[in-house]
Amino acid sequence: MGPLGHIGTYVIKFFEHMGRFGTLVLQTARALTDFPTYAHPTLKQMVRIGVESLPIVLVTSTFTGMVSSLQTFYQLKSAMVPVHTMVGSAVEKMIFLELAPSLTALVLAGRVGATIAAELGTMRVTEQIDALETLAFNPVAYLVVPRVLAGMVMFPILTIFSMTVGVVGAWVVSVCSGISSADFLYGMRLFFKPWDVYYGIIKSVFFGLSIVSVGCYEGFFAKGGAEGVGRATTKAVVVACLLILMWNYILALILL
Amino acid sequence: MSLVIRGLKKRLGGKPVLKGVDLEVREGETLVVLGRSGCGKTVLLKHIIGLMRPDEGEIWVDGRDITKLSFKELIEVRKQFGMVFQASALLDSMTVAENVGLGLRREKLSKDEIERRVSEALEMVGLEGWEEALPAELSGGMKKRVGLARAIVTRPKFLLYDEPTAGLDPVMARSIDRLIAELRERIFSTSVIVTHDIISAFSVCDRLAFLHEGRIRFLGYPEEARCSEDPVLREFFSGGIIPWREGAFGRG
Ligand SMILES: Nc1ncnc2c1ncn2[C@@H]1O[C@H](COP(=O)(O)OP(=O)(O)OP(=O)(O)O)[C@@H](O)[C@H]1O
Ligand SMILES: [Mg+2]
Repeated sequence: MGPLGHIGTYVIKFFEHMGRFGTLVLQTARALTDFPTYAHPTLKQMVRIGVESLPIVLVTSTFTGMVSSLQTFYQLKSAMVPVHTMVGSAVEKMIFLELAPSLTALVLAGRVGATIAAELGTMRVTEQIDALETLAFNPVAYLVVPRVLAGMVMFPILTIFSMTVGVVGAWVVSVCSGISSADFLYGMRLFFKPWDVYYGIIKSVFFGLSIVSVGCYEGFFAKGGAEGVGRATTKAVVVACLLILMWNYILALILL
Repeated sequence: MSLVIRGLKKRLGGKPVLKGVDLEVREGETLVVLGRSGCGKTVLLKHIIGLMRPDEGEIWVDGRDITKLSFKELIEVRKQFGMVFQASALLDSMTVAENVGLGLRREKLSKDEIERRVSEALEMVGLEGWEEALPAELSGGMKKRVGLARAIVTRPKFLLYDEPTAGLDPVMARSIDRLIAELRERIFSTSVIVTHDIISAFSVCDRLAFLHEGRIRFLGYPEEARCSEDPVLREFFSGGIIPWREGAFGRG
């Protein structure tokens, strides 16, 4: 096969994926009417995606906040400008606009996306999804809808946690490196706009949806035994990370 | 005629698996579909319950062609079915009781009622007291029986069994056979059993079908099967450990 042939196969594969993904999205939307089927599993997924992810998000965000403060201090110091209030301003923008939503998403693409793909993939290749169908369940309502809803609700919440502890971490470190608390907080308020927070939250919704939907898609259509599940899991993480980077750019372009 | 398959064709992975299957299952009977490993028995069952869509052909369930139904309508039709999977397909995150109770969730039953029906079904398969176990803690034979309990708990009109005895020791296999026969007395389902276990086939069937190279090569009563001159059928039977021609086994 020549290079054109290879490109051709890729293009066809791409459209196949898009078609199947689109169908799954439609089925998910339609399954929203089946409330009794997904109500309870949704709560369970909220705990698994939200509550159980909290520790890793808190740890990541605290350290990131601390580091962002140190690095800003370092950069401004070498520029020889009065830094005392600037650190707060810079750190606020960095954390709300970029660090909290993006890092939370990238960390959770591994945790949440991989878990979803592995779980659904295993259920698919061991015929558990077929079994649900024969028991007159709508597997999309029972398996996909709860994860999508939980992701949509929990990612923004996790991001808000991330913003909070990130700022606190930055603040503590600033105070330790000799900036007065008042200066830091004044600097933070100086250029703060509520939109900074909204923008971060909007991003997190897009990131969360990307992660859970790709995880569900790869898992739901996995095939080929244990190896297939492994492949689906890897793909779920890689594709989710790429989507996060892509959305990050697009949203910055249109929203800022 | 409660279940009729006409001209069923299906290609999978680029090669034809079913090449025009015609089959009629009578109301209340137990039909056993025999066939070599990999001849498409599982694929056939999956078509009957709508897990796979055929390339060509019709599947009539109580006068409705289920190959033409939407997903929603199909779910309605499936409420009359119970299926026992070859590898059990228990939901591994749920306990035995939750697995068995899955089919009852759609019926608006009280918790107590569900519990009662679940333990009744588990008792039928000889697994009382295992309600809280997880599938990972069960042996293959026990998983099969849980799968059986899950399929019968709704007392379905049609029961589909995929290799109910494969991978079990002979004693366990015969006890599953007895169970299938007993269940027939108790819930009067129309059953399709897919297997390559000849002993099991002869001991539970009303009629036998033989699936070979994507078509039904033989359909008839077990006595006819025994006397058949068809070389393919004879080869398949003589591959079994029981010398059927001497009449050492079976109803003949
Ligand atoms: N999803 C699939 N994709 C591609 N090929 C498939 C698929 N499912 C089944 N096949 C092929 O169809 C043929 C029949 O498979 P099937 O599982 O129905 O066999 P079987 O008669 O149930 O065998 P066994 O007795 O071993 O269970 C096999 O050759 C298999 O490779
Ligand atoms: Mg099979």
